[in-house]
Amino acid sequence: MSNSKASKLFEPSLINEAFKQSFIKLSPRYMVRNPVMFTVEIGTAVMMGVCIWVAAGEKTQGSLAYNIAITAVLFVTVLFANFAEAIAEARGKAQADSLRKTRQDTPAKKVELIGEIFMNEVKIVPSSQLKKGDVFLCETGDTIPMDGEIIEGIATIDESAITGESAPVIRESGGDKSSVTGGTKVLSDKIKVRVTTEPGESFLDKMIALVEGASRQKTPNEIALTILLASFTLIFIIVCVTLKPFADYANTSISIAAYISLFVCLIPTTIGGLLSAIGIAGMDRALRANVITKSGKAVETAGDVDTLLLDKTGTITIGNRKATNFWVDEQQPEKNFIEACVLASLADETPEGKSIIELAETKGFPRPVIKKGQANFVEFTAETRSSGIDMNDMHIRKGAFDSIKNRVEKAGNKVSAYLINKTREIAGNGGTPLVLSYNDNATGVIELQDIIKPGIQERFQRLRKMGVKTVMVTGDNPLTAKFIAEKAGVDDFIAEAKPEDKMIYIKKEQTGGKLVAMMGDGTNDAPALAQADVGVAMNSGTQAAKEAGNMVDLDNDPTKLIEIVEIGKQLLITRGTITTFSIANDVAKYFAIVPALFIVSIPSLQALNIMHLASPQSAILSAVIFNAIIIPMLIPLALRGVSYKPIGASALLRRNLFIYGFGGIVIPFIGIKLIDMLLAVFMR
Amino acid sequence: MNTELIGVIITFLVTILLAVPLGKYIAKVFAGERTLMDFMNPLERFIYRICGIDPIKSMNWKEFLKAMLTINLLWFVYGFILLIYQGHLPFNPDGNPDQTPDLAFNTIISFVTNTNLQDYSGETGATYLTQLFLFTFLQFTSAATGIACLIALFNGFKEKTTDKLGNFWSIFIKSITRLLLPLSIVLAIILAFNGTPSSFKGKDTIITLQGDTQNVSRGPAAGMIAIKQMGTNGGGYFGANSAVPFENPNYFTNVIEEISILLVSIALIFALGFYLKKKKLAYVILGVMTFFFILFCINNIYFETKGNPEIDRMGIAQNIGAMEGKEIRFGSASTAFWSVATTSTSNGSVNGMHDSLMPLSGGVVMLDMMINALYGGVGVGLLNYFIFIIIAVFISGLMVGRTPEFLGHKVEAREVKIAAIVTLLSAFLIKGGTALAAYILVHHANADWAEKPSAWLNNPGYHGFSEMLYQYTSCNANNGSGFEGLGDNSTWWNVSGGIVMLLARFLPIIGPVAIVGLLANKKYIPESAGTLRTDSTTFGVMTIAVIVIVTALSYFPPLVLGPIAEHLSMHAH
Repeated sequence: MSNSKASKLFEPSLINEAFKQSFIKLSPRYMVRNPVMFTVEIGTAVMMGVCIWVAAGEKTQGSLAYNIAITAVLFVTVLFANFAEAIAEARGKAQADSLRKTRQDTPAKKVELIGEIFMNEVKIVPSSQLKKGDVFLCETGDTIPMDGEIIEGIATIDESAITGESAPVIRESGGDKSSVTGGTKVLSDKIKVRVTTEPGESFLDKMIALVEGASRQKTPNEIALTILLASFTLIFIIVCVTLKPFADYANTSISIAAYISLFVCLIPTTIGGLLSAIGIAGMDRALRANVITKSGKAVETAGDVDTLLLDKTGTITIGNRKATNFWVDEQQPEKNFIEACVLASLADETPEGKSIIELAETKGFPRPVIKKGQANFVEFTAETRSSGIDMNDMHIRKGAFDSIKNRVEKAGNKVSAYLINKTREIAGNGGTPLVLSYNDNATGVIELQDIIKPGIQERFQRLRKMGVKTVMVTGDNPLTAKFIAEKAGVDDFIAEAKPEDKMIYIKKEQTGGKLVAMMGDGTNDAPALAQADVGVAMNSGTQAAKEAGNMVDLDNDPTKLIEIVEIGKQLLITRGTITTFSIANDVAKYFAIVPALFIVSIPSLQALNIMHLASPQSAILSAVIFNAIIIPMLIPLALRGVSYKPIGASALLRRNLFIYGFGGIVIPFIGIKLIDMLLAVFMR
Repeated sequence: MNTELIGVIITFLVTILLAVPLGKYIAKVFAGERTLMDFMNPLERFIYRICGIDPIKSMNWKEFLKAMLTINLLWFVYGFILLIYQGHLPFNPDGNPDQTPDLAFNTIISFVTNTNLQDYSGETGATYLTQLFLFTFLQFTSAATGIACLIALFNGFKEKTTDKLGNFWSIFIKSITRLLLPLSIVLAIILAFNGTPSSFKGKDTIITLQGDTQNVSRGPAAGMIAIKQMGTNGGGYFGANSAVPFENPNYFTNVIEEISILLVSIALIFALGFYLKKKKLAYVILGVMTFFFILFCINNIYFETKGNPEIDRMGIAQNIGAMEGKEIRFGSASTAFWSVATTSTSNGSVNGMHDSLMPLSGGVVMLDMMINALYGGVGVGLLNYFIFIIIAVFISGLMVGRTPEFLGHKVEAREVKIAAIVTLLSAFLIKGGTALAAYILVHHANADWAEKPSAWLNNPGYHGFSEMLYQYTSCNANNGSGFEGLGDNSTWWNVSGGIVMLLARFLPIIGPVAIVGLLANKKYIPESAGTLRTDSTTFGVMTIAVIVIVTALSYFPPLVLGPIAEHLSMHAH
């Protein structure tokens, strides 16, 4: 995750807003969405009634101060839970707002529609007035007012406002790089852009809605967990309600405060209070990683992904193939060979061609200047499968081994055994050999290699430990693909891939019950993005691709999928561990409250008071106080998320069960005892 | 003392050793492989033909449950009619009367639900006809019902994705013809040779040493006692159950009966391993159950062999332990072991009075029934345990960052909802029932009922509370043992107990089978390194935690007011 963007957890401005919100959220209409905390709110209301009753002279319910103290602690418990949700929302909103700020109220050069055709009649309007289908112009220095698609022109664009990446990118009409984002800046040239989203419906707007409570949909796992927590709550309602006749039988009178305290302590308030904060924080973490998700479910699903489809270029290897070596034939001067290579590549605009010249430069062969008309450049064609240069009486060609061999043999020459072996060797190492002929003599081989990104092996190793299978998609031939796949440590590869191959592969995996994630940018990726369980479209991709996927990566970083998977897992883990912690806390609370309830009428129950709490009242008060303050203490954990360690499921369970399960049993014993010691000082 | 302990340990080890091959055999029977009992084929085919059953036709979970509920309803009606007219029907040499409607309601439910609560006493409350053609019959069918539903679970997880759980009728009949009947015949013969009666003659008369004349009940008992143990039924032929010499003549039959109480339940766990080819999963399940079982045994054997501190204070030696309510021919250790075994398995037969157990032993047998899945009743024990697995899978799945799954099927909101309802149910029935009884007792002790609530309890105070708590716990667990001391043959206890038994029997069967049906129908997810293995020790520990914290601890308050308060007061002097 990009730490550069991680802000402090509690910024003062956020705290103020969250504080205000936690009171607004007290409205029962809102609270009822969270059954666990709603019951606490009802309990608080009942206690307020009891306080008034006691104030009016009722003697059986304990002192007024004690009842007020319990009421206050319960009220604070609800507030803490609301605060947790509010702070998570505030953080998410702040993050989204800072993104949104970039695009507000930019003047847009709208192209007016006259009759049925667009004329270049430009009118300046505020960006907020642009509608879907409108066309606007952007020239050097302009900020792009809205998301859209270039319909005319090419431009270099500075996207640093969105991605934080300072290097400018090129966007042009047609093809897969036609999409522009509002808030980015045109550095050169002029483009005509068609608006693709209605105002308020951009991905960013959707994302903002996701972190705001009102429109937040619960994810399937969250729903299931809510059901489980609600049933625990019901179990404890039964425990507390039945306690009344039990106590009657035992001739013990239990105050209403004690019943409600027991109930509030036993129900899983800790997870109940933090559940929605955890969900929002997960979304927020995705946003901080510069990923815009269209639904919370997508983030959760990402944690379950079994198979990851990755494009070779840009993900596993750095950019394109590069020349890495010149292999000159025996008895040939190396200098002449390299010079010939440079000449043959001068007009070659492909990344491979450029890399040959770069490599030569590092070896001390500067780029020669050749005047127009001095030479005749031979373009690459599918038939000759070679390119080169004719200059004076020099004919230099470079190309695939077969094509050069044909050419050489046609002229009656032979390719030396050394070169034949060298080409085989290069191909066997996953490289691509380019053979060079000088006046129809094969003089040497240029070795092109894919450069595997540093550190990518470790990332795949990590994924494998998570149980995620990685699949490399490449247009290379199977041999090369296999070599790179092995070197990078991916589990499988699709070689000579056509766009529909991705789709076929995804469907095959899904029939086997697996969840598939992929990243894509082109329009021809769109069907596969839609088919994949998690489809991440690059922000630079086409509108079609962005519509088809369920996430958009603002950084256009193909390795982002790995982070997304971890964010998804972290989300589930945080829920699971805090649930475990919350339930485990009950052990200590039983031992604090149950003896306290009956100790007056059954003195021998003192033996169960293993914490040696000072008095029944201090015991009950300590338990509710602990129950309340544990919520804010865990807010940082809920917002940051429990860290994910790819150590295998069983080991992870063992680890988390120990920390949050065993810890959840022990910590409240210590906490309640400490609070009780403190209270004993005041209550004496 | 030591010999007693060795006796208990050997009994348990022999049980496990016998359960392995039996489990393998059960797996073979239901997988349709060749077994020794294939000579039953013609008999089964005959039953299929006259009943119009197509044994090949596999059912989905709804059809399966419908078949199960229909036949159980039929038995309910048949049994109710038989009981209220038993006095007028043949095979009644002792001239025992009809059962009252409320008693018949309770009795028939208690046998249909595999509970065998027996608010009547066998010698006077039943006839040879009802003992043989109702009780013994239902002891077979109710056990087979449980087994059949468990096999449905096996079938659901055997295929990767399926909506077929097998044919209820065929599984049901096979569990009788190939499992319960042969085992019971062997046990009945052993018992008969050791002195258990198996006769149609009426009461016998003997002259005691003092010269008094005494009537001694007898009847076709050996067969019923065999299936009562093998089918975790627990309903004895005679009122005092396996404490009566005719039901359990000597230490040898005691050991044999202890083994048969546990045998089929444990064998079914091994069967799961063999059937699904997931032996490790079976070992983990067995491990978790045995962990609790041994813990409970240690507690009970310790307190029972140690004796009663009140008697110690009187200066009376009790070298052989707390012998009140125990038979001298079994001893305190073996009786303690039996008490845990019979409550673990929802069997409910007793060879000593649970009312007389030391308070904490009494608390443990109640806890054992509250959990009701430590081996559990035949078939239903594993179904109950399955609910714990679902909850454990859900929480621990989240903890490892993956949508929870069990045996390749995603556990989602619907399954969690069903598991939650089943978990809630027992808490509701036990605590709700006891609370209602306690309320009536405190506030309406002298209500104008045929039996006044004030006359319910034999003992006041904590022990009286335990008597009521035990009754509902036993009904809820379909266990059937009584704490005794409770005036349970009265309208209140007959009716409320009946309702609890009925709900607590069928909802916890419908729930798990529905979950299996839903899960089995989902897409199968192959295992990967990220999948949480449910056959690991770690997951076993997780299940233990779920059982303790979610279930056991929610009974902490009533247990404190009953047995724990009694124990602490007894030792506080």
